[in-house]
Amino acid sequence: MATIASTEANETSGRARSRGLRSPLRAISYLQATPLLLILGFFFILPILTILVVSFWDYDFAGLYPDFLTMNYTDTLGSRVTWKTYLNTLKFTAMTWALTLVIGFWVAYFLAFHIRTTTMQMVLFLVCTVPFLTSNIIRMISWIPVLGRNGLVNSTLTELGIIPQPIEWLLYSDFAVVLALVHLNTLFMVTPIFNTLMRIDRALIEAARDCGASGWQVLWNVVLPLAKPGMAIGSIFVVTLVMADFSTVQVMSGGQSASVALMMKNQMSLLQYPAAAANAVVLLIVVLLMVAAILRVVDIRKEL
Amino acid sequence: MNHERRGKEFYVLAAFFALFVLFLYGPLSAVLMLSFQGPDGGLTFPLNGVSLHWFYNLFEKQAVGDFGASFRRSFTLGLMVMVVNVIVALLAGLAFRHRFRGSTALFYMTVASLVVPSIIISLGIGVVFQQFGLKLAWYSSGFGAHLTWTLPFGVLIMFAVFNRFSPAYEEAARDLGATAWQTFRHVVLPMIAPSLIGVGLFGFTLSYDEFARTLMTSGTYNTLPLEIYGMTTNVTTPVLYALGTVTTLFSFTIILAALAVILVLRRRQARTS
Repeated sequence: MATIASTEANETSGRARSRGLRSPLRAISYLQATPLLLILGFFFILPILTILVVSFWDYDFAGLYPDFLTMNYTDTLGSRVTWKTYLNTLKFTAMTWALTLVIGFWVAYFLAFHIRTTTMQMVLFLVCTVPFLTSNIIRMISWIPVLGRNGLVNSTLTELGIIPQPIEWLLYSDFAVVLALVHLNTLFMVTPIFNTLMRIDRALIEAARDCGASGWQVLWNVVLPLAKPGMAIGSIFVVTLVMADFSTVQVMSGGQSASVALMMKNQMSLLQYPAAAANAVVLLIVVLLMVAAILRVVDIRKEL
Repeated sequence: MNHERRGKEFYVLAAFFALFVLFLYGPLSAVLMLSFQGPDGGLTFPLNGVSLHWFYNLFEKQAVGDFGASFRRSFTLGLMVMVVNVIVALLAGLAFRHRFRGSTALFYMTVASLVVPSIIISLGIGVVFQQFGLKLAWYSSGFGAHLTWTLPFGVLIMFAVFNRFSPAYEEAARDLGATAWQTFRHVVLPMIAPSLIGVGLFGFTLSYDEFARTLMTSGTYNTLPLEIYGMTTNVTTPVLYALGTVTTLFSFTIILAALAVILVLRRRQARTS
């Protein structure tokens, strides 16, 4: 009886899913997925393939010439500048990643475990979120009056007599770049970690306590392992965004520091598209390898 | 954990959180204050009198590029992206409720669109349009470039929403004789409406602030973020802050309006159910 009822239910739902039409169940799914496929196909897949092709082309100041040269790659990979730039970009990425991970985890942990009402949680979460929906460039610029030679930090410190003269390296330095990158990207860590922490069964923590675990032991052996997927997703965001950053590095270092994307941007402004394309392919491979490494930790499809 | 008295850990973390919020909002509020700088004031504190001088300056056409026109372009583009984002993400979300051939590939393609560096997509679309002899413009190539950034967010949100969506409601509607369209229109749509507004908000604000993907794809006319980006290198007066204040207040208004609508929808749902 039960089996008959459930087969019937399956049949009805199957029929209705195909919107009352007798067409196969999946046809409607294809139709619904088509706009996404078309948009991503034309504006994402095609451009990537084009870059791959163009990276082997020849060029001069007048235009691009179809060819099959490995010159663009040997040029970029054979240059010391490229390697130094990659090293510099990796340095920024590593520092930003470590800082956003630590800050993001504690902020998310505080929101998830120490705020008692859902309303308050949502309000505080929104307080963290809102700045991230405003302009990145404005948020970069906003450091100028704070960190500048006569900015807030310097004038306060000199007035208090802590330092004899303004610190020069606050703005337009690697310090400023990392500070701004952390400022711009921490939410990408907070959100996924908060999301995973909220889904931890509180009974697990009670159980650990009952078994005699101290606060740190609960954190280290229960909460942290369960937060890993969120940390992985956050890391993917932060790593890919920072690896490809050019504006923060340019604005906050005052043009004194370089990143891979900034190098590409300069090549583009000189219309050296094939050279930029070769760089793009190398950068893409590096970024995808980093993502693949992070994905070994977590299956994101399960986490949504 | 929730039932105990608040210990030292709470206060330490609360202080940390407060510092984080100060870190987020402190610099922004400095910009806000300095945009009211007097006519003789500079880019840093102290305030040299209080005036609306730099706001007037902003709206004089010759002073700083063409702020009004670039704002209109960014606003229109944001609306276009918002509408397409909601529709396409909703359809894709519905499609992903069932496994179909290539659904995993399409899903990973969507995620990849988020992960691939913006500047690479920007360069790629620029070269594609050039090679096909198409005209680069903010409403064609720029529009597409923005969608590659906003759609993954939209699709992932819808994916998460439908993962938690119980089919029981639809089955109940069907048992009561509703057609597929009626089920969607009167049962599914009202339930996911708040999320759709979220998707729309993301679409608009991400597009309105986007510039890495617009860099090579906007054609002749700049969008607002590109205009501001250009200004960072050559404008050395507080008019930059005035512009920052205006765009930030605009973003805040949009966000608050969307949140208000979401709240109202939630309330109405709570009342009817």
